[in-house]
Amino acid sequence: MKAHRLAEDLSALPTYGFGTSMTMWWGTLGFCALEGMGFALAIGAYLYLVHVNAQWPLADVPPNHWPGTILTIILLASIWPNLQAERRAREENLPAVRRWLIVMCALGALLVAIRFYEFTQLNVRWDQNAYGSITWIILGLHAAHLLTDLGDTAVLAALMFTRHAKGKRFSDVEDNAFYWYFVVGSWLPLYLLVYWVPRW
Amino acid sequence: MSDALARRDERDLRDTMVDGSELHARLAKTWGTGRGLIAALSTVDHKIVARRYLVTAFVFLFLGGLSAAAMRIQLARPENQFIGPDLYNQLFTMHGTTMMFLFAVPVMEAVGIYLVPLMLGTRNIAFPRLNAFSYWVFLFGGLFLWVAFILNIGPDVGWFAYTPLSGPQYSPGKRTDVWAQMITFTEIAALATAVEFIVTILKQRAPGMTLDRIPLFVWAILVTSFVIVFAMPAVMVASTMLILDRLIGTHFFNPSEGGDSLLWQHLFWFFGHPEVYIIFLPAAGMVSSIVVAFARRPALGYLPLVLSLIAVGFLSFGLWVHHMFTTGLPQLGAAFFTANSMLIAIPNGIQIFCWIATLWGGKPVFRTPLLFVLGFFFIFVLGGLSGIMLASVPIDTQVHDTYFVVAHFHYVLIGGAVFPLLGAVYYWFPKITGRMMSERLGRWNFWLAFIGFNLAFFPMHLLGLQGMPRRVYTYQPEMGWGTLNLLATIGSVILLISFVLFLWNVVSSNRRGEIAGDNPWDAGTLEWATSSPPPPQNFDRIPLVTSREPLWAERGPLPVVGGLAVDMRQVVVGTVTEARPILRESSPEPSIWPLFAAIAVGGTFLGSIFTPWAVVWGSIPVAITLIGWFWPSGSPEDEK
Ligand code: HEM
Repeated sequence: MKAHRLAEDLSALPTYGFGTSMTMWWGTLGFCALEGMGFALAIGAYLYLVHVNAQWPLADVPPNHWPGTILTIILLASIWPNLQAERRAREENLPAVRRWLIVMCALGALLVAIRFYEFTQLNVRWDQNAYGSITWIILGLHAAHLLTDLGDTAVLAALMFTRHAKGKRFSDVEDNAFYWYFVVGSWLPLYLLVYWVPRW
Repeated sequence: MSDALARRDERDLRDTMVDGSELHARLAKTWGTGRGLIAALSTVDHKIVARRYLVTAFVFLFLGGLSAAAMRIQLARPENQFIGPDLYNQLFTMHGTTMMFLFAVPVMEAVGIYLVPLMLGTRNIAFPRLNAFSYWVFLFGGLFLWVAFILNIGPDVGWFAYTPLSGPQYSPGKRTDVWAQMITFTEIAALATAVEFIVTILKQRAPGMTLDRIPLFVWAILVTSFVIVFAMPAVMVASTMLILDRLIGTHFFNPSEGGDSLLWQHLFWFFGHPEVYIIFLPAAGMVSSIVVAFARRPALGYLPLVLSLIAVGFLSFGLWVHHMFTTGLPQLGAAFFTANSMLIAIPNGIQIFCWIATLWGGKPVFRTPLLFVLGFFFIFVLGGLSGIMLASVPIDTQVHDTYFVVAHFHYVLIGGAVFPLLGAVYYWFPKITGRMMSERLGRWNFWLAFIGFNLAFFPMHLLGLQGMPRRVYTYQPEMGWGTLNLLATIGSVILLISFVLFLWNVVSSNRRGEIAGDNPWDAGTLEWATSSPPPPQNFDRIPLVTSREPLWAERGPLPVVGGLAVDMRQVVVGTVTEARPILRESSPEPSIWPLFAAIAVGGTFLGSIFTPWAVVWGSIPVAITLIGWFWPSGSPEDEK
């Protein structure tokens, strides 16, 4: 090891922070980027199939949009409690963080339930034709995000009721909230694609 | 920043309070992996994980090489009976798939996983458990492919598995399912490491390492990681669609139900072309490191080199259609992609000029690593020339699917990636093992590889122009291709011998090589500031960087920063552009859960080719293992 001389003392630096100061925030951003790319490619594939088929949708009736529309409205509304969880986490206000995490879990469970119902209202099966296949995969891809985020949030909520609920856990809550914005944002183009492009 | 943030435990021991051998020993204990099997399977030390990655990737190189040798023996003379058509189909698929997915990409990542944290002056990669997980997933994916091959269910549809050949109608059975799921394994591994690299490079650089002081190799890994993040999802989407078509009857690629075969080609090559640069860019980074160290001067044109890397990264996304020129695209589209294919030669050319200028203006020392770099210049430039020929649609239409293409991509892949890689092994071996590789064997290795390579692949250009198609298991004597094929086979054998020599050099030098010392090449970047091999903590104190080649600038004692915890794992986290330190973030301790999670994920994928329900049931163990992974254990790393 090369000989060295001390030039600066970092003893006073904190051990955690929020937002862009933490590595976890950047890691979350990285996963959003690659999953977002996955969504973008699925959208591209959808439009490509629209392009190669003279008729679209390849079904008699387009999907019933109401379950999807309701889900979209709830998703958009969930931004507010999510913002609360994020802000309270930054303030390290444990009781409030617990409350808002429970609210987010309940919303997540509701959304997953609606999503299951959505699948039954598509008026096309995945193995009927390419239109059915791409519609199902897009909805499925996003459903996977709803499910994993629900799992994440539930585990984190449970964690905040244990002795571990301190310090950098608040930063984890903040990152979890950050990821939710991605889940909401990525849905909007998919919603238009799945429910409104077939009605064009 | 609030007071709560600045609050800290006053009792913890800091590296400013102890010194010398006590500091070294305590840090080694904190960051060490421990003894025993469980500890070995739980390690999160980037150096250990990287060594495993390296060894595994080289094993796959040898497996891929052996399948190539078998193919070359079969092709040595017309109507040879060594291998039948079915096995030949499996062999070229196994060869291509193994080389691209199990060797070339992982090996570049392995070198990065080893070196990036050392070059940045930090103690571990970001998300070290994810890193361990990625290795296990990669290992399982590779084993999956090769065990399937041994059971005679090895894929046989080529490394790009074009539909409809790979679809349910023309490839019944499990062979293609194996291929498609192996893709999922390796892409998960690659995507995970890409995110780790991006975060490590942006956030964990040693204080003072501003963007313009990042070593060129690290820049190359950073650009590669971004390319991975935006390219690899394409092949995951594609292989998922393929497996759904095959297993649950979707119709993405089935034209009679509104699907389209070309959709596969678009998705595959949207990934497949950047893939080539995912392999080449890290190699370019290795070349930069070696050129600078052996020219004994800083790189001439650091900025153009970095900008070229970035330009190549961007342009690599505009090339995919040049693999599809013969599919009947609109004229204008083809013209655009031709222009782009030629354009990418410019940044690549700039890099080569910068390297040559650096050597020209320096006092080059011609040791084995530099020999491999010179070999790279020669071979890669030839590959680039045949590439420019192929970028023109009329020529491509003529030689598409002939041995001309096989010659071209081996010139760029072996010349552009394997030669720099071998140079890199000679260059960094002393850091990894503490011993030098034999220079005499190294020279033999180089010359045999160089002569063998050209003998093996140059004749393929001519064979292609004479019309010999690729992917044929034999040919008739009347075609007159016998002599050139024999020559190619002889070359392949020489090339293979050079690899055996290389292996021998690695094994024997590891035992008996000359002791290297910290910095045997007197190079300038930070990995040479620590001992060889580095201790678990990498550095006893984190360096304070004042220039691009810190060890050349600071011939006396190295300036360092202090104040980090000694009895728990802590790394310095800084700002993205200036690397101004802002946190002493803790770094996760070892855990067995990433291995369990990889087993759960692997089992799920394996099961999914037999029944779709495997995904539903498999999600339960996956969820359990992930919770085990993330649930805090009560260690100081988890709590502070
Ligand atoms: C070690 C020396 C090597 C030899 C002798 C060799 C030989 C061959 C031969 C003979 C084929 C053509 C098979 C055919 O079309 O019938 C082939 C295909 C291929 N090789 Fe290699 N190769 C070598 C190394 C590599 C490396 C290092 C890579 C990648 C990094 C690579 C990537 C490929 C790919 C992608 C194919 C296409 C497979 C397909 O058609 O699906 N090869 N190789």
